[in-house]
Amino acid sequence: MSDAVLDRLAVLFGELLPAGAVITDPVRLRTYECDGLTYHRAMPGIVVIPDTAEQISAVVRLCGEYGVPFVARGSGTGLSGGALPRTDGVLIVTSRMRRVLEIDLPNRRAVVEPGVTNLAITEAVRDRGYYYAPDPSSQQVCSIGGNVAENSGGAHCLKYGFTVNHVLGLEVVTPDGEIVELSAHDPGYDLLGAFVGSEGTLGIATKITVRLSRAPEAVTTLLAAFGSIEGGGEAVSAIIAAGIVPAAIEMMDALAIEAAEAAVGCAYPAGAGAVLIVELDGPRAEVARQFSEVERICRETGAFEIRVAASAEERAAIWKGRKSAFAAVGRISPAYIVQDGVVPRTALPEVLAGIDRLQEEYGIRVANVFHAGDGNLHPLVLFDDGVPGQGERAEAVSGRILDLCIEHGGSITGEHGVGIDKSRYMPKMFTEEDLDTMQLVRCAFDPRGLSNPGKVFPTPRLCGEVPGVRKGVHPLVESGRAEQF
Amino acid sequence: MNGETAAARALAATGVTIRPAGPDDAVAGVRPRWVALPETPDEIAAVLRASAAHDLAVVAAGGGTKLHWGAPPERCDVLVDTCCLNEILEHEAGDLVVHVQAGVPVETLARTLAGKGQELALDPPPDGGTIGGLLATAIAGPRAFRYGTARDLLIGITVVLADGTVAKAGGKVVKNVAGYDLGKLFTGSYGTLGVIADATFRLHPLPAARAWVTAAGTGEMWSAGMADEIGAMGAAVAGSQAEPSAIELDWPDVNGPCSVAVLVEGTAATERAQAVRDLMGEKAQVTDDPPEWWGRLPRPAEGVLLEIGTVPSRLPAVCARAFVAAGATGARPAVRGSLGSGVLRVALPREIGPDALAAFVGALRAEVGDAGRVVVLSAPEDVARGVDRWGHVGALALMRRIKDRFDPDRRMSPGRFVGGI
Repeated sequence: MSDAVLDRLAVLFGELLPAGAVITDPVRLRTYECDGLTYHRAMPGIVVIPDTAEQISAVVRLCGEYGVPFVARGSGTGLSGGALPRTDGVLIVTSRMRRVLEIDLPNRRAVVEPGVTNLAITEAVRDRGYYYAPDPSSQQVCSIGGNVAENSGGAHCLKYGFTVNHVLGLEVVTPDGEIVELSAHDPGYDLLGAFVGSEGTLGIATKITVRLSRAPEAVTTLLAAFGSIEGGGEAVSAIIAAGIVPAAIEMMDALAIEAAEAAVGCAYPAGAGAVLIVELDGPRAEVARQFSEVERICRETGAFEIRVAASAEERAAIWKGRKSAFAAVGRISPAYIVQDGVVPRTALPEVLAGIDRLQEEYGIRVANVFHAGDGNLHPLVLFDDGVPGQGERAEAVSGRILDLCIEHGGSITGEHGVGIDKSRYMPKMFTEEDLDTMQLVRCAFDPRGLSNPGKVFPTPRLCGEVPGVRKGVHPLVESGRAEQF
Repeated sequence: MNGETAAARALAATGVTIRPAGPDDAVAGVRPRWVALPETPDEIAAVLRASAAHDLAVVAAGGGTKLHWGAPPERCDVLVDTCCLNEILEHEAGDLVVHVQAGVPVETLARTLAGKGQELALDPPPDGGTIGGLLATAIAGPRAFRYGTARDLLIGITVVLADGTVAKAGGKVVKNVAGYDLGKLFTGSYGTLGVIADATFRLHPLPAARAWVTAAGTGEMWSAGMADEIGAMGAAVAGSQAEPSAIELDWPDVNGPCSVAVLVEGTAATERAQAVRDLMGEKAQVTDDPPEWWGRLPRPAEGVLLEIGTVPSRLPAVCARAFVAAGATGARPAVRGSLGSGVLRVALPREIGPDALAAFVGALRAEVGDAGRVVVLSAPEDVARGVDRWGHVGALALMRRIKDRFDPDRRMSPGRFVGGI
């Protein structure tokens, strides 16, 4: 895209948007050159920070007119480069759209703008006994618009599901600039379900109706320390086999514990090869009974120490080590790669053994943090970028871990998204036919491929005209009972 | 006749079992020419390729229990009967995941899973339907309040497109955000995007215990005030911390009493049921078994069946409107629904006739407005001829673009769905 086109667009945006909402100064553009995946960087051509859906629609229409790609960005916490800008394009930042528009407790829903943070939704209703269930680790800063794009999960999605299970309606600006409502109530195709998790490739959410959940009557959090990761794994299987669905089951291995200790002094039991965090929530009577069963299972599977949080503070202390784990490995390693893969829960022991073998083969350390209940692994691949070749070896280990996940029938991403980072792995998980079929959806929404191009799919597809021939006037149209097709 | 012969030959050449269709194979009154009985996704693909080559319209069928739902197809040459795709392909109990072919009856799957102490937490009407039909219609039962509907528990799908392409999306792990979620798109698509071959679901452990709390016979005659009272009861239970799984309303006759029943399940179900009873009043009773109407469609099923979906707080007004509007036509509706999820189903006798049905549907759509849907799920074509069965859809233009990409020649269940898709 020529600079002249971007210059022209910047002028036109300036006429549409409030003062200060168009950024072209290279120093300020640099703020937006990456998201949470910092090793992919690109200076955006132009950044706009609109206030309304109408402004986004106008920006998107102009992009279409000039054939310029655009990328949406919320808080920029994504870990797959989904909000990586285009040098030849426009970055649309939703951070000024932060209003909670409506809270409807009788119907247990709220309507919010995309820039509202995940936690802000809960904070708006907490004192009335409600909360917003999906809880990605970045919930204090990540935006709900970004959650919608990524179909974000979190530790508690084991029991409560993902963003897609908690979004009841969307207003979206489509890639051709139309403002469209997608509602769970509407008959027709579940475009709402298709849009959530499409990583910004089908348009930009400008208003989000979320489900609010009733706060559970009781919450109990338990930390169990095991000599080895196998012991912890056995406990997880036994809990699931007992028919218990905890709100969360998290596991950390010795290296991850060491890092968390160095970073936040979480004081997990000394000598633990693995710790398991199990959180149960729900009606008091249910939680009480399930808790004694979980405790019994942990003891029987070899836990040498069990701690129980009796208060919110103690619960926070247990979670502190886990929630800080990603950043904490910075204390024990100069650089690291956060991986996000999924395996069937029953394949966990084999896959962890496979990761051990990779560590030996490549001479690279891997700290394991995972959502054990649903088999979502977050191996942290540690390396020293000052040592020649280590970065490449770490990258190789990270890729081989995804291969392991695919071999065991899992997925290349459980919650961080494909983005720019993993598009090259998509053909390992899906056939050409699968990917072509997914692209049919893209072509229906965005035939010119201007909305976040280069993300999710390894190769862009030329959509072309819709093949086939329409045959005559449909009888429903003829009889006046339906609009023109 | 030559075209017909060539098409018949092409179908026969697929090697898939093909038989001539009979009157019993009609789809909402439209009789297909052939019935194909594929046994694998590849066989479905072969039938669809042959159909593409000869411009044949295709309708997929499972148990046939909801085949008359939606508008009659504009044309139907080949009925793809999925009855032979009846294998449970994989059930790894430790992963709480099951992979099944589309033709497996819902009840067969439930029996198999129960053997391992697990369930697919969907409770469509117990009418002999299949997994494929459950997905294609997205029919939900009472427990959707807690577990969501088919789209929420579906984690992987294999579909066959109009041109014979076999494609899958999702996988066999619950947590997975790789690629577009085609499963959601196909769920509730009424066969208009392709044929569902198999599906993978997230499972739940069978609840340790179940208890129902029923407040029956509230009042003897319908009144608007009573609808409000029921709405308030539903809201109180839905907002309780006893974690109810379902909150159902049954109002079989405008001149008779109605019931509200709540399901509580899992550990400590009895204690939690007592907490719910405290919210429902002293007349409510706790039982181990559901009321006989639980989870079934309102009668008369062979007449007209409507589904209304809206925010729960609007249900009392909608319910009241249904009774008033029906009263004006002389018809007596039976109403059943989910107070927590905001879904009402209304059954009317077919004798209501086309004019009165159009007026009734129009009145309900005016009441619901933009805040929901009023859909005629099933009605004989001579009764529904004056009605747009699906009603207004905000994103219809986008839906048409989806349809154009997936089925450009409009051969998959043509005309059955929203806006004549």
